[in-house]
Amino acid sequence: MEKTKDWKEKIILWAIRLSGYSAIIFVGLIFIYLLREGLPALGEVPLSNLFSSCWYPIEDFFGLTPLLAGSLIVTLGATIIAVPIGICTAVYIAEVAPQWAREILKPSVEVLAGIPSVVLGFFGFVILAPYLRLLLDLPTGLTAFAGSMLLAATALPTIVSVSEDALYSVPKSYRDASIALGVTEWQTIWNVTLPAARSGVLTACMLGIGRAVGETMAVLMVTGNAPVIPRGLSGFFAPVRTMTATIAAEMGEVATGSVHYHVLFLIGITLFIVTLLINLTAASVVFRKRQRSERILS
Amino acid sequence: MKKVTPNSLHSSGSAARNRIQRVGFLILLGATLLTVIPIFLIIGVIIVQGFQTITPEFIFGFPYNGMKSGGIWPAIVGTIYLILGTALFSVPLGIAASIYLAEYAPDNRITQIIRIAIITLAGIPSVVYGLFGLGLFVIAMKFGTSILAGALTLAIMNIPVIISTSEEALRTIPQAFRVTSISLGATKWQTIRRVILPQAQPGILTGVVLGLERAAGETAPILFTAAAFYLPRLPESPLDQTMALPYHLYVISTQVPGMPAGIQYGTALVLLILVLGMNLVATVIRSRVRARRQW
Repeated sequence: MEKTKDWKEKIILWAIRLSGYSAIIFVGLIFIYLLREGLPALGEVPLSNLFSSCWYPIEDFFGLTPLLAGSLIVTLGATIIAVPIGICTAVYIAEVAPQWAREILKPSVEVLAGIPSVVLGFFGFVILAPYLRLLLDLPTGLTAFAGSMLLAATALPTIVSVSEDALYSVPKSYRDASIALGVTEWQTIWNVTLPAARSGVLTACMLGIGRAVGETMAVLMVTGNAPVIPRGLSGFFAPVRTMTATIAAEMGEVATGSVHYHVLFLIGITLFIVTLLINLTAASVVFRKRQRSERILS
Repeated sequence: MKKVTPNSLHSSGSAARNRIQRVGFLILLGATLLTVIPIFLIIGVIIVQGFQTITPEFIFGFPYNGMKSGGIWPAIVGTIYLILGTALFSVPLGIAASIYLAEYAPDNRITQIIRIAIITLAGIPSVVYGLFGLGLFVIAMKFGTSILAGALTLAIMNIPVIISTSEEALRTIPQAFRVTSISLGATKWQTIRRVILPQAQPGILTGVVLGLERAAGETAPILFTAAAFYLPRLPESPLDQTMALPYHLYVISTQVPGMPAGIQYGTALVLLILVLGMNLVATVIRSRVRARRQW
């Protein structure tokens, strides 16, 4: 009886341990399969072609520069919109809002996180883009700017909720001490609470930007999908095409194993590496902070 | 909370400082409204424009006439199959992994690598999951474009969500529960099985529902692994391809010219109801548990 119980526990423990390790296995598998399908592109397409400014796969022009630039400008726009609004929203919810408002605001932000990106894209396509076209008198509303606005909406919930957690974790005694010195709540927020939550807020922004870079459906539907390099500020109000949208739009139509297919996987590898760097940087801020607090507490 | 007003202490400049504070709070409120109003706007527009379309024929009917008439039943069924498949693969594995991390994992290098791997998985763009699913499940494992390949892809994407939420749920169980159980002669697994898991169950369930909610609304991972543009019948086996609500919404709003707006809004509304309904379920479970918790 005892023996069989022992065996059972051992088997269960092994299954559980293996599940724990599975995350590593999956990352490995993803990396292997992306490399396997994407690396051949480096042999098939000369680097000068890959770095050129012309993406026209039917004629074998695989210049990735316009796609990189497209992702960059849309994400940059989203960052400019979402970071200030997100931080201010988090501060308002965590430090200023009365309890009843907090109880409405927090679930609302969660609802925004739950709206599928294809629904955001649909809203952008049928309402936002035509409206922007009229408002700004543009030839088309399907622009980098429309993409930035939708990406801001996908990044905001992350920025708000992670920043909020960072603000909550600032001990109340900090605020009390500051108020006791005779300064206003506003000064306390800017000079004490927010600086104390700095690393968490930074993490929040990085994670939000990471989400924006990888967003696919919303940008695919509203950025107009023209693979041109945006020039200056007016580039915000012209169609662009991001790396994610290119994969989503073209992968369905290419022959497995063709050059175009390999290049699309190469774009996938690029996206994987960019988001990995952003997320690991964000995580390392958190890890570093934890280690510091552990040192202080021990 | 009692407010400490510094006015009485320093009269010079305090009026100005209070004015700055008022303006500052107004700016914060403005930013918050900029976050929140679009949410209600999006949902409101879709409800107002879409609710007339939602009839039994729309829900349970098949699309015809180039999808410009009829209903969206195959897309609804396809999405339900994909959610079930995703749950089947990701829930047991995700919960087991969270038990390992919360209860067994030693504080060492390997555990740290597992955590980095989970962060990595959580950050991979959904379209890259789609590529991976295409490379591994559709092509290398020869599942073809199928519910199976799509569900496996969504499951791997879903696993980090389940792991992190259910690990959090396990960690909120007080240490005293474990110590008491072990001291009564139970083994570690018995403690987890009989004491910890039942206590953490609602928290785990919340995480599972939130993860599946995300999977239900995703388009990019199923784009090349499961989704069919148009299928005049219901899928018959896990190796069939399938229509799915999010992909269908994408198709009818951008790929089919002359699509009636009612069908577009109706499809968007059904998808929103499904996804936000799951969100609501998760929220209700969570708040009930918080209210009932005794420790």
